[in-house]
Amino acid sequence: MNESARSGSPALAPSRAGDVAVVYAGDYVNKMSGQRLERECRLRLEEGARTVVINFRDTELVNSIGVSILLGIVDIAEARSARLVFTNLNRHNQKLFELLGLTRCVALADSEEAALAEFAAPAPRGH
Amino acid sequence: MSDRLRKVIHAFSAVADLGVEIADTSDFDEMVTAALQVVLGALGVRRGAVGEYDADAGVMRFVAARGHAEGAPSEVPFSPMEAEALVGGEGAAVSVEAEEMSADDKRVSLSERFLSELERSRVKLLVPLLVHGRLEGLILLGEKASGEAYTVEDRDVARALGRHIGVGLHNHRLLREIERRAEETRRIYEELRGIYQGTVRAFAAAIDYKDKYTQGHSERVGKYSEIIARELGWSDEEVEGMAIAGYLHDVGKLIVDRDIINAPYKIDAKQSSELNRHPAAGYEILSPIKHPYADIPLTARYHHERVDGRGYPDGLSGDEIPLCAKIVTLADSFDAMTTDRPYKRRREFPEVVEDLRRNTGQQFAPEVVLAFCRALLKEVRSEPGQQQRPMMRLLGKGYLDAAQGEPMLTQLITELESGATAPVGSA
Repeated sequence: MNESARSGSPALAPSRAGDVAVVYAGDYVNKMSGQRLERECRLRLEEGARTVVINFRDTELVNSIGVSILLGIVDIAEARSARLVFTNLNRHNQKLFELLGLTRCVALADSEEAALAEFAAPAPRGH
Repeated sequence: MSDRLRKVIHAFSAVADLGVEIADTSDFDEMVTAALQVVLGALGVRRGAVGEYDADAGVMRFVAARGHAEGAPSEVPFSPMEAEALVGGEGAAVSVEAEEMSADDKRVSLSERFLSELERSRVKLLVPLLVHGRLEGLILLGEKASGEAYTVEDRDVARALGRHIGVGLHNHRLLREIERRAEETRRIYEELRGIYQGTVRAFAAAIDYKDKYTQGHSERVGKYSEIIARELGWSDEEVEGMAIAGYLHDVGKLIVDRDIINAPYKIDAKQSSELNRHPAAGYEILSPIKHPYADIPLTARYHHERVDGRGYPDGLSGDEIPLCAKIVTLADSFDAMTTDRPYKRRREFPEVVEDLRRNTGQQFAPEVVLAFCRALLKEVRSEPGQQQRPMMRLLGKGYLDAAQGEPMLTQLITELESGATAPVGSA
C-alpha cells in the first residue's frame, strides 16, 4: 500500500443532498486521514448540514486514533444537534465499532443510498 | 473471530500506534494528545485527560484533554501523599466509581478536592503513570461509549498503554530539566563573562593609568583590534576575544618603572631594555589565567614582533607570528601615531597612511593593513549619523574628512590588493 493510499485521502469528493452531506473515509482511518475526515465533517456541519453520512466503503482498517477521532466527530455532531450516519462498514469494522460502543452513538445504514433515503428528512433536534 | 480476540488485537494495535506517537518527541503537546487519543480509541472512551504530576509545585497539570468538563481547571492541587497512594498500586488502574471499586482501589486515598474534581469531570477510571516507581502523571478516563463498566481486561490495557505514556512524560520532564539547567548554565556563563570583561577593562584602565600620556590607549587598541577582526570575517566570539587581547596587550607594563613609561624624553638603552620586557612580562601575567578566548597571552607576548623578523622579544617573522598579535601590532601603532605623546604631537592622516604603506610587509602584515583600511574606508564613506563610526569617533572630530581620506585609503587598498606594498619575504 503506498503512502498516499495509507494516508487515506477520501476516495470521493464529498457530496451534498439537501441538508445531508456525505463524506468518504479513506482505506485506512488513522491520525492523519482521521483528522482530514474530522475537518471535512466539521466543514459540512458549519455549512448547515443536519445529517452527515460517513461512507466507509473503502475502509479496510481503523486504528485506535481513528476510533478516537470518530468518537470526537460524534461529539462535534452532537454539539450541533446533527445526526451522524455510518454506511458501508465491512464486517470487521462494524464488529469493532460495536465492541467499542461507537455504534451506540451513530446511526447505521447498509449503503449511502439507504442512508440518503432514510435520513433525507430534516434531523430531529437533540439526536 | 471472537469478540475477546478482536479486542486483544485492537489493543495490540493500539500499543503499536502509541509507540509511534511516543517516539516523536518533537512536539510534546501533539505527542501527549495523540497518546490520549490512542487510549480513548483503544477502549472506546469519549472523554479523558492526561495529567502531568509536578511534584515541586504539588499539582496535577492537565496536558491533554478530550471532552473535558466545561470550565475544568488546567491543574489541580495534588499532594505527595496522593502520589504515594497511587504509586503503591504499581500502576494498576483505579476505579473511581464506588460500585466498581476493588479492594485495592478502596485503599487509594485521594483528597476530597481531587475527588470532587473527578466527579465533576465524570471520570470513571484513573491510570497512574509510573516510571521507576515515581508518579509521572495520570490518565483520567470517562465513561465508555458502550456504557458498560470497565472490565479487568480494559484496566490491563489502560495500564499497559499508561506505561508507555509515563515514559513519554518522564522523558519530557528530563528534557525540560536539561533545558532549565542549560539555561541556568548559560545565564551563569553570561554573568561570568560580564565579570571577566569588566575585570579586563579595569585592568586596561589600570595599565593606562600608569601611563599618564596614553590614557585610553588599551581601550582604543581593543576597539581597533575588534574592528579589524570583524572585517576579516571572524565570528562574534573571536571578535570579542580579539577586543580582550587588545585591552590586555600592555598588561606587562605593570612591572615597568613608572618613570620610564612616563619619561618626557627619549629613553636610553637601559631604560629601553627595561621597557621592552613588557611583552614577555605580559605573557607571564596572562598565561596562568584560563581565558575564555584563545591566544590572549600570546598576543601580549608578540605584539611588538614584526613580520620582517626585526621585532622583539623573540624575533619571530611572517607566519610564526599569530594573526591576533599582528592585528594588535597594527592597532597599537595606529593609536600611537594618531594620539598626542609627551614628546611629539600626533601625525596628520596622510603621514599615517604613508607609514602604513612603508611598513606593510615589514612591521605590519599586509592582510591586516588591508582589513584595517577597508574598515576605515567604509566609515569614511558612510554619512555621519547613518551608522556607527567607531574609528572616526576614536580619532576625534575633524581629524579625517571624507574628501581627504577616501582617495588615500582607496589607493592604498588597491596597492595592497595587487601586492604592490608587500616586499619579498613579508608575511
